[in-house]
Order: sequence, then structure tokens, then C-alpha cells
Amino acid sequence: MIPACLLVDLPRGEAYRLDIDPPVSVFHTDDGEVFAIDDTCTHQDASLADGWLEGCEVECPLHASKFDLRTGAVDAPPAKRPVRTHEVLIEDGMIYVRPSTEAPDLPPCVASRLAGGPA
Amino acid sequence: MRTVAVVGASLAGLSAARSLRKRGYDGRLVIIGDEPHRPYDRPPLSKEFLAGDIGEADLALESDDEDLQAEWLLGARAAGLDSADRAVRLADGREVRADGFVIATGAAARTLPGTDGLAGVHRLRTLDDARALRDELALGGRLVVIGGGFIGAEVASTACALGLDVTVVEAAPTPLAGPLGETMGGIVSALHADHGVRLLCGVGVKGLSGESRVDAVLLEDGRSIPADTVVVGVGARPCVEWLEGSGVALDNGVKCGADGRTSLAGVVAVGDCASWYDPHAGIHRRVEHWTGARERPDVAVATLLSWGAVEPGVPRPPYFWSDQYGVKIQFAGHSAGADSVTVEEGVPGDRSFLAVYRRAGHPVAVLAMNQPRLFMRWRKQLTAATS
Repeated sequence: MIPACLLVDLPRGEAYRLDIDPPVSVFHTDDGEVFAIDDTCTHQDASLADGWLEGCEVECPLHASKFDLRTGAVDAPPAKRPVRTHEVLIEDGMIYVRPSTEAPDLPPCVASRLAGGPA
Repeated sequence: MRTVAVVGASLAGLSAARSLRKRGYDGRLVIIGDEPHRPYDRPPLSKEFLAGDIGEADLALESDDEDLQAEWLLGARAAGLDSADRAVRLADGREVRADGFVIATGAAARTLPGTDGLAGVHRLRTLDDARALRDELALGGRLVVIGGGFIGAEVASTACALGLDVTVVEAAPTPLAGPLGETMGGIVSALHADHGVRLLCGVGVKGLSGESRVDAVLLEDGRSIPADTVVVGVGARPCVEWLEGSGVALDNGVKCGADGRTSLAGVVAVGDCASWYDPHAGIHRRVEHWTGARERPDVAVATLLSWGAVEPGVPRPPYFWSDQYGVKIQFAGHSAGADSVTVEEGVPGDRSFLAVYRRAGHPVAVLAMNQPRLFMRWRKQLTAATS
């Protein structure tokens, strides 16, 4: 489990980016639910924490693909693949993330960088 | 409606086909495409694809498990629309009869007269264009880009990163003044100088020199710019010649209502070839943006299926982005008609700022460099203000 931030420090409608590799975003929805997904859009190197949160969906700040925070599913292009979702636990007012053990779906440019290829 | 023909197999055509199925249309669906390729994403053609960072498979717009239950006629150019017969005539002589038509034939890159047939001269619109240019840029040397618009600037940026010696020639005094206004056009195009790319403004191109292969670009002021490769990025024209005489009203593209309907019943038009009525501005205009090609087909398809029973929503302010020299440029709204533009956040000199265009005190457009988070919030505000 990785501690992310205090629940009181994350107002509803806001996101917190956890700078692990690859980064994870924690979202606090307007309905008071907390979700964690991979922060990087599967299409291109954009931070979903910078995106627009509406209901249980976040819209990528660059090219408007929307991801479902509950399932990671994407609604429309340019992104084609889902983002990973991560388990969230709240204990004593602290938000914890249990990173998924699945392989991340990263955009081609970011994936090659993480693999140690040319940036 | 038993058969719908979508003419055009790029983002707008694919989006229309998806919307038809999503809205419950279960009849025959024929998608006609001029290019031999399945739908692919064009924005990376001047950026990651041209740089060699991503390959052709990464450009696919369809997902692996997607099946629209459509008949694809690819490599088939539409040559005419017979409104009496309700049929699209193809260049190879075939005919596709249908009850409903979605026109999504896009736009083609403009060329400079007298430059055809000279090796080393490129334009950039299609995957085939991008393959050819990518192979040539890999050889290095001197590149001259004619036109300082977004395509030209992105090609210059990509070529600069590949190590080429790059010059951009722009006929207007300031590049991007059309979409961004003079002040911001100047700020954004200063990126070229930041990265050692020469930008020559306010001078037209007289012609190209070279026997079988280009060796220089000749300017109207008498200068000659040596070139191994030339890219002509001087805008696009709507591909609507095939509709002449069909009865579909044309005026800088297919003239459409605010819901995508054309002057013929059962025919709608979307994407770069379509000039939709903008109820805010009271004019028809073509919006050549990826976002419009992705969002508007759903409105047009609703129109096609109901023919007038559904009121179109208010269109969202147009949005586009550009990536140049590692800087993310985003713009939403219409800058024409703004009477002021102010920097609200950051500093233009840092290439990280957000500027708001206003008319009589009301925001009408927003521009950002490297401010995706703030830009997103302003874009939503702009959308809310216009709906």
C-alpha cells in the first residue's frame, strides 16, 4: 500500500497525482467517492490529473478521450485502450493506493522511455 | 432507412458510422474511402509519426475488437452524387445506392502552381504523404517550409529535432495571425527562433528552382533559399468537386445548417468539407479541426435519422492543439472579433502562459502554451458561457 494524501486535503472534484513510476492519479468525485487510475492517458503523454472530472469520468486535458474511473474504460478516440485502475483504501483519514499488478497501458512514446529507449 | 452511405473514411466518416450504430441504426452501412487505408489519425503525421517515434499501427483509429458491421469500399474515389437515383457514383464506374448519405470527403492540401513533378517537393495531408516526407527527412540536409501555419510549424519543429537545417517562409507579416491574432501569432511563432529555425515573414514565394529535383526556393524579393527538401504547407481546400451539379449547395465546402443538413433531404455533411451554419456568429464556416470531425458527426447523424425532429444543441467552441518544439499549444473559441487579449497566467517569454481573448469584456477564446490544466478549466468555462 502506498500512502497518497489525506482525504481532507483532496476536495471533491479534485485530483492528486502520486509521483510513482508510472504515476497514479487519485480522484475525489463530486459524490464523495475516491478512485485511483494510471495518470498517463493511453493515447499520449498527458496527465489525467490535469483533466476534467465529471461524475465518474475524467476527460483527458489534451484530446478529450474520457476514462471511466471505476473500470478504466475509454469512451472514444483518440485513446483506444483503457487505463489501469488501482485499489483505494481510506484509513484514519489517509488515502492509500494498492498499485495494480497488471502491466500498464502506456502511450508508445512513454512506454519506450520507461523501457530505457530513446526519449 | 435501409442503406446509409458514408462517403469519406477518415475521422469524420468513422465517427458518423459509429454514431449511426450507437443510435440504433441497424440497416446496411457502406463506407467509401478514397485512400486505400482503414481510418487513421492525422495529427501525428506532422509530429510523432514524422519523427519516427510511432509507427503506422499506432495511427489506427479503430480498436482491435471494433466491428461496425459495415461494407468498406476503400481506394474508391467518389465521382458524383445522383440525387434522383439516390446513388454515389465511384471513379471506377461502380454505384452505391442508398437512402441516406453522409458526406465526409475532407480537404486536400493546397499546392503551389508549377511545383508538380519536381522531386523533393512535398505536401502533408495523408499517410502516403507522411511516409514519403519521413523517408526524405531521414536523409538530413536543408529543409524549407513554405507556410508558417500549424502544419508548417509542426513539420519545422519535427525536422529541427531530427537535426535538419530549417527555414520557414511565410507570406503574411505574422504567422498564425488568422487563428490567433497578430500579438499571439507573433508569440507562438517565436518558438522557431528559440530553436534556431529561421523564420522569414512578409515575403511571398516566386517559385522553385531545380532541374529534376528542387535545389532552392525563390522569393519575391529576389532572395534564393537553398533547399534539399521543400514542404508546401499553404492550407487546404474542401474536396467537394465531385458534388458539382448534384444539387447539394456548395459555398466554400458543403453548405450546411447548424445540424449538418445539406440542401438535399437525406444528405448531411461533416468534417473538413462541411461549412456549417454557426448560429452565434450568424455565418457559415468550415472548421478544419480534429475535434469538430470527432464531435459533429453525432449531431449530423441525429439529423439524418430524424430529419428535423431533433433540435441540434449549441456547438461547442472549436478546440485545437498543436505540439511544437516540445511545447503544448492549445486554443479554443474564435479569436476573430475579439477586442482584447490578455495574459492571465504565466509569462509568454517562458513559453508557459494562458491568454484570454475578450469581446466587450466577455471571453470568446483562450490560448495556452504548456498550461493543460488551466486551459482545460478555461475551455469548460467558455463552453458553459456559450451554451
